[in-house]
Amino acid sequence: MPSRTTTVAAPEGLHARPASEFVKAAKATGLKVTISKDDGPAVDATSILSVMGLGAGQGATVTLTAEGDDADAKLDALVDLVSHVE
Amino acid sequence: MSRHLRELRGVGVGSRGAVGPAVRVNPAPGVPADEPRPASADDRARDVARLEAALTSVTRDLDAAAALHEGETLGDVLLATSQMAEDPALLSESIALVEAGMGPAHAITQVAGQFADLFVAAGGYLAERVSDLNSVRDRVVARLTGQPDPGLTDLAEPAVLIAHDLTPADTSTLDLAKILAICTEAGGPTAHTAIIARQLGLPCVVQVAGLMEIPEGTLLAVESSSGTVTIEPDISVQARISERAARNTIFDADLEPATTSDGHRIPLLANVGTVADGLSAGVAAVEGVGLLRTEVLFLGASLEPSIEVQASAYAEVLQAFVGRKVVVRTLDAGADKPLAFATMPGEENPALGVRGYRLVRTLPNLIANQLEALGRASAAVPGTELWVMAPMIATLQEAADFAALARGAGLDKVGVMIEVPSAALRASQLLEVVDFVSLGTNDLGQYTMAADRMAGELSDILDMWQPAVLDLVAMTASAGIASGRPVGVCGESASDPLMALVLTGLGVTSLSMSTSALGEVRYALRHTSLDTCQAMARAALAAGSPTEARDAAAALLSDDLGHMLDL
Repeated sequence: MPSRTTTVAAPEGLHARPASEFVKAAKATGLKVTISKDDGPAVDATSILSVMGLGAGQGATVTLTAEGDDADAKLDALVDLVSHVE
Repeated sequence: MSRHLRELRGVGVGSRGAVGPAVRVNPAPGVPADEPRPASADDRARDVARLEAALTSVTRDLDAAAALHEGETLGDVLLATSQMAEDPALLSESIALVEAGMGPAHAITQVAGQFADLFVAAGGYLAERVSDLNSVRDRVVARLTGQPDPGLTDLAEPAVLIAHDLTPADTSTLDLAKILAICTEAGGPTAHTAIIARQLGLPCVVQVAGLMEIPEGTLLAVESSSGTVTIEPDISVQARISERAARNTIFDADLEPATTSDGHRIPLLANVGTVADGLSAGVAAVEGVGLLRTEVLFLGASLEPSIEVQASAYAEVLQAFVGRKVVVRTLDAGADKPLAFATMPGEENPALGVRGYRLVRTLPNLIANQLEALGRASAAVPGTELWVMAPMIATLQEAADFAALARGAGLDKVGVMIEVPSAALRASQLLEVVDFVSLGTNDLGQYTMAADRMAGELSDILDMWQPAVLDLVAMTASAGIASGRPVGVCGESASDPLMALVLTGLGVTSLSMSTSALGEVRYALRHTSLDTCQAMARAALAAGSPTEARDAAAALLSDDLGHMLDL
């Protein structure tokens, strides 16, 4: 299954607006997307509660996975969102 | 008497009155202990469907509410909350519990609780989101169990708000234009609800036992001056309230700088929380701002605002007071005013912990950045006199350190708040290292009497007329007279006209208050001589209890003024 590891760029971490934008984007892929922090368990990337519950602050290492059509390109777009400040 | 009047008593905040129909702010629904557990497969399928329907309808309602507040902070908060209500994990984990035989209200409560624990453990910004998550849970439970939605539905007509207690989250969603008065069963006279009511000039009575038994729609008369709530008031009560409103018109007509009847000047200043407050206070009849509470500028922020952002917010307030002075209090975070980026997690006793100026120990850059931003704002608006002061100063060393930091940032009028008894006791020494002091009477009362400001049931102990608190105020004022340096008061006590006269008699040099209290205080000063104020101060200090102190001061008022002030 395609996966990507990246670093959270947003100063407030993967909380608040950045988390909300990320979850919306994950939903929009229409795929099953997961996210995990460090070596922790993978959670549903379309769940705002689970994503915020990771407690991924600025600089945290997160791993995304996705399965389905176009998973690689869609993962790249999600990585872009996490690893750049708007 | 044509009929029996029912009257409830509480603690009044301010002096205004209003008549209107009651609207309840509903408490959070409880999960019934006897909620039926789905026994059969059919029951479970039905409960899963009910749970899905409840979450969908809560999401839809939150989206609709967000649309009404689009572009505002509140709209963003509501949208974020709606995103929680449609969370797939919240639904799937709750369904799993129902499938295992748990009632749906219990299931959603347990799952929301697990996420809440996760958020609390993470601390900071996430911990603050727990209230949003709880509001989703409460709405879903309300729908599942046929209880009213918590909080307040949009008001169709002006009304008197009745609630057990109001949290900052509750008050932030209120449509203030439609609120005539606020009454609560809990809450103290210096807690959050009362401060908001004062700020808005709304009549308010807290600590009203039996309030929540009043049915919605009942006509209520609320009189802050006497702390009464009258159910179905007759004509005489309504007339009394209209007469009171007419008096307020007289109070508010005098816009000249305040003096006693014999010409002793007492500058009246405004307490200001937000930039918007500052702009509206700028057009009021005040000689400046006596307390700019900077933490409110920070409250919505999950990160410390940059120096540029801070400087421009301060400059905006300064711009509204060109030719006048603005006393800025540095960040007073902690205790009842937690900030995401500055609050120490897990303090056992935050009111006695690292709060106010003490944050310099853990976050030295926070205060340095704020002082630099103030220095820049002051340089950008040279026509306004900027004074800066630190909250929660307990020692001479802290005062000296703060003065050095502030002067280093180019601020030349530096003071400290007197809110800790140790600072009041040593006011003479503090005034050797700072240019002025300002009494924060709410915290001074809380720390002198060892009574939590939020503990409504202790409001008798927390009375601002407590002789011990008056002694500390008197000691501070005397230190000011001896050193020739200003001693202001920026606590709630300055907004009580009788107390304002006593403070003037004690030698306090300026009074800062919510703008809604200005008219009445100005009127009281205008009709009392400095001699009388001093006699009132002596009488209050000689008393043995708060009630005696108040009565002794009131006994020296002229009859006309006593009538005008309802004393």
